[in-house]
Amino acid sequence: MSATTASRAFQPKDVAASRALGRRRRLVDQLVRVFCIIATIIGLFFLSSIMVTLVWRGIATLDWVTLSREFQPTAYGDPDAPRGGLLHAILGTLVQSGMGIVIGTPIGILVGTYLSEYARGSRFGDAVRFVSDVLLSAPSVLVGLFVYQILVQPVGGFSGIAGAVALSILVIPVVVRTTEDMLQLIPNTLREAVVALGAPKWKMVTLVCYRAALSGMVTGVLLAFARIAGETAPLLLTSFGNNVISWNLFGAMGSLPISIYQQANSGFPDLIQVAWTGALLITLGVLAINIAARILVARRK
Amino acid sequence: MPSSETPHTVRSYAEELRRLRDMIARMGGLAERQVADSTQALVRRDTELAAEVVTRDGALDQMEREIEQFCVRLLALRQPMAADLRLIVACMKISQDLERIGDYARNAAKRAIVVSSQPLFGSMNGFSRLAVLVQENLKGAIDALVEKDPARADDVWAADEPVDDIYNGIFRELLTFMMEDPRHITAATHLLFVAKNLERIGDHATNIAERVHFAIIGENLPDERPKSDGASYAVIRAPE
Amino acid sequence: MFSTQTNPGHASPAPSGSFGRLEARSGAALNADSAIAVRNLDFVYAAGGPKALKGVNFDLPARQVTGMIGPSGCGKSTLLRVLNRMYSLYPGQIATGEVMMDGKNLLDADTDINELRARIGMVFQKPTPFPMTIYENIAFGVRLHEKLSKRGMDERVEWALTRAAIWGEVKDRLQTNAMGLSGGQQQRLCIARTIAVKPDVILFDEPTSALDPISTLKIEELIDELKRDFTIAIVTHNMQQAARCADQVAFFYLGELIEIAPAAQLFTNPRQAKTQEYITGRFG
Repeated sequence: MSATTASRAFQPKDVAASRALGRRRRLVDQLVRVFCIIATIIGLFFLSSIMVTLVWRGIATLDWVTLSREFQPTAYGDPDAPRGGLLHAILGTLVQSGMGIVIGTPIGILVGTYLSEYARGSRFGDAVRFVSDVLLSAPSVLVGLFVYQILVQPVGGFSGIAGAVALSILVIPVVVRTTEDMLQLIPNTLREAVVALGAPKWKMVTLVCYRAALSGMVTGVLLAFARIAGETAPLLLTSFGNNVISWNLFGAMGSLPISIYQQANSGFPDLIQVAWTGALLITLGVLAINIAARILVARRK
Repeated sequence: MPSSETPHTVRSYAEELRRLRDMIARMGGLAERQVADSTQALVRRDTELAAEVVTRDGALDQMEREIEQFCVRLLALRQPMAADLRLIVACMKISQDLERIGDYARNAAKRAIVVSSQPLFGSMNGFSRLAVLVQENLKGAIDALVEKDPARADDVWAADEPVDDIYNGIFRELLTFMMEDPRHITAATHLLFVAKNLERIGDHATNIAERVHFAIIGENLPDERPKSDGASYAVIRAPE
Repeated sequence: MFSTQTNPGHASPAPSGSFGRLEARSGAALNADSAIAVRNLDFVYAAGGPKALKGVNFDLPARQVTGMIGPSGCGKSTLLRVLNRMYSLYPGQIATGEVMMDGKNLLDADTDINELRARIGMVFQKPTPFPMTIYENIAFGVRLHEKLSKRGMDERVEWALTRAAIWGEVKDRLQTNAMGLSGGQQQRLCIARTIAVKPDVILFDEPTSALDPISTLKIEELIDELKRDFTIAIVTHNMQQAARCADQVAFFYLGELIEIAPAAQLFTNPRQAKTQEYITGRFG
């Protein structure tokens, strides 16, 4: 607050120089924009190519027969032989993914809550967060191997339970991350406002923070579901796959990704056709879940 | 607590406060001059000077209005606090005191014109001394404000006693003159009023000193100050 | 006392005699009981770190408004957060000294913090409505401490909203989400939520710094109204606000309480040079 601020003479700026600078910047701006657009077009091309191919190849048998029947062996081109379906795989995926979510979500939410509300800045918390992030990007086949070791080998057989556990292990880090992120977004003043009314911490977390973070957390769970619905590797090693509808959680169980994998590898055109439909189905399902998650996030804002 | 010397963060505000002090100083200077000139006119029987004093009074009235408007503006726009607030309020009141002083000086000047047409009697020394004392007090009070010197204001506040003493002396003297010769009554009565005017000007000077003390220190001086105004009880026995 | 010169020898009346108690907001009322007495309070944000509060001593007089002013980082908000022990949320922050309320030191380890916070409510700088309905916002705090019937709760909600001068604006939309209210309404809702718990003391931490001037005046009017029943402490960056609301004002600087005095005195004639510099805008 002294005379220096005002005493320095005000010098008019060089208009010509700043104009030249502006021209250069506009040029660079245009270039960067063009590059971005080209990159986007390349990305979009591959994505739409996948979608178009899937629809083109899969739509032919996307009918009630496929949705309501179990696997049938190849008809060897015989038009009168019954066509196979994917019901066993759809149900298997729903059951295993559903159980994976049911097991993984509470654990993930509790861990995320711990990280956000109780372990802020603590070393142990940082370690947990790191391990969770590693798990998030770990190859899923490793998870399959792990569960194979502890739940398949000792019992002596593949089981739907083992598949669900493997999927839940994939769910946990996703839910941990979204839960922690969503809880971190809640302003501290809101927490303090709850505590200032005389609320114990657990009530603050469960009654107010969860409510404030609800849509974000649901989104996380949906995204986790979308992720595990397409997993193949861990299921190959745990629930193995099954060609008939099975409600026995302690036995092998079918699932869409495995059906696709097996039938696409079979070499028979009619089975490959079913695999295409399965691929379309799973893509549409994941797309639907992602859209649902987007809508939830949008409504939150 | 003496006013702080740290400069104000907003320079234009500090500038305005300085300007307010300047305005009071200028108005005080003019008021002093009015008092001096009106007494001069009386003592020298100078009717021209007296007429000048009467016309010049309008300037004081104008200054009072300007200071008041400026203070109201400062209060509204700057929301002054503490010493600044006290200064502004004090200046507002001081300008009123100065305006009243101007009125007394003008009244004295008008009477000086009348007195100069009357036969001369007695000595005017008392008036000169009274005027000098009153002027000194007035100058001291205004300087105390400009220089932020509370001690000076306190001196003025305590120095009203000699003024009262001289006034009492003039009062008794004039009463005696009137009893001696009824032809003196017209001039003496006017002179009584002039003396009273000067005494009142002294009171206003102490008022200003009080306000300056409040502006600087933040507390009022005690209600009672040293006084020896005995004229209200003065009785002169007529010669038998 | 207007013309003492004309009656020498007559004892003039006491300065406040002429018009009675002109300033009800100051004067003798400050001798009222203190709701909270702070003694030798020190505070650090981390053990061994610099002191954010240094030997602070002062009283919050019951049913009066105490304003706290001072530059940013002077410790006034910190002090507020010591009074309701909000700082205990954050490990490492340590307050030592005494904060006496009803003969007990609130800083003692055996103090029931949740009960304490029910007695000392707090309103924050930014309005913080909970993500639930207006009704639930008020009922939330009450449920933490009392079991009321449906009717009892309805009455309490109406009472609190009425006291917070917002009942008329929300009575037809109690079941709508509180996030839909305007900023000023949200802040009054937060005040209603605080008084619904029936605390003895309410702490305001810059309650109007996020509000427009009219909403600010409404909150100030509300504070004036609330002091009939509650002891109030308000931290504010706006000196005029402290001057408008507070009975006594405390000036903090660098963690120390520099001066505490009735508002009228502090703003017309502060005793300390630092206070004078701050309130007249001459800060070095």
